[in-house]
Amino acid sequence: MDYYSKPEIWLIIIVMGIGTFILRYSFLGLIGNRPLPEWALRYLRYTPVAVLPGLVAPLVIWPSATGGAFDPPRLIAACTTVLVGIVTRNVLAAIGGGLGALYLALYLLG
Amino acid sequence: MLVIVPFGLLFGVAGTEAGLNLSEVMGFSILVIAGASQFTAVQLMSDHAPVILVLLTSLAVNLRMAMYSASLAPHLGTASSWHKSLIAYFMVDQAYVLSIQDYEARPKQSLQQKLAYYAGVCTPLCPQWYVSTWVGAVIGQAIPPEFALDFAAPITFLAMLAPAMRTLAHVAAAAVSVIVALVLAFLPSGLGLLIAAGAAMVTGAKVEVWMQRRRA
Repeated sequence: MDYYSKPEIWLIIIVMGIGTFILRYSFLGLIGNRPLPEWALRYLRYTPVAVLPGLVAPLVIWPSATGGAFDPPRLIAACTTVLVGIVTRNVLAAIGGGLGALYLALYLLG
Repeated sequence: MLVIVPFGLLFGVAGTEAGLNLSEVMGFSILVIAGASQFTAVQLMSDHAPVILVLLTSLAVNLRMAMYSASLAPHLGTASSWHKSLIAYFMVDQAYVLSIQDYEARPKQSLQQKLAYYAGVCTPLCPQWYVSTWVGAVIGQAIPPEFALDFAAPITFLAMLAPAMRTLAHVAAAAVSVIVALVLAFLPSGLGLLIAAGAAMVTGAKVEVWMQRRRA
């Protein structure tokens, strides 16, 4: 990781650590026992499904390992992961299925 | 419980793949101790996103923990600040899910019993995270590029997402996130994602309200 200086890397780690701690401590300690308003809960509920798909989509379409060139094995692996995940509802099975599909496709197509 | 070890291994591998050294990878797992946000940060760092966007986006992934905190507050809010700090530090997804199920099933437990249950859940969970990250970081450096481990992080994200597609609102939010992120991919790394996440959260909330109205 040459792009960031060592202090920048540790700045990221430490600020994320403190920020995450504040989020976890927030309602438990600082704000007291007042419940969160329903509208706020409604937004918070969707944070993981709002962030992760947008993070992963460009990585699937333009993988860094191929210098951004479209790569069929990686697309096949991504689709397999989602399918296995939806069918089994099991995170580990989905990871196993995705990695299996990736290696099979790389072996057959790569 | 088994889920922790492979995630830790993969994070160790993904961190070293991105070029972090062992102490930096361990810094993430010990100081942040939140897998999805750690993966997010490492991925954005490999894309050379500006520091502020790395921080904003990966902390956004952890916004759900404020929700955990709010839902544990009625049960554990009367504990000492020292106990609450420990609870907050160890508040990983699995610890929250198991504890809140126990508290809601048996709400009459004393604070001591509830704290004991929480500690009992965290004790086996969290050390696994540190140790498996360390193992992943050490073996990750020895794995040749043919194993395409660059794709370990995307597969892990997708695997975590599939079971989260519980309702139409979740699916709609995810779809908006993907489309906006791809359309805005020309923006500096991380910025398009932040806009996509905001649009997707609004979509999820709006679709949820719309579905409730339709049912009513």
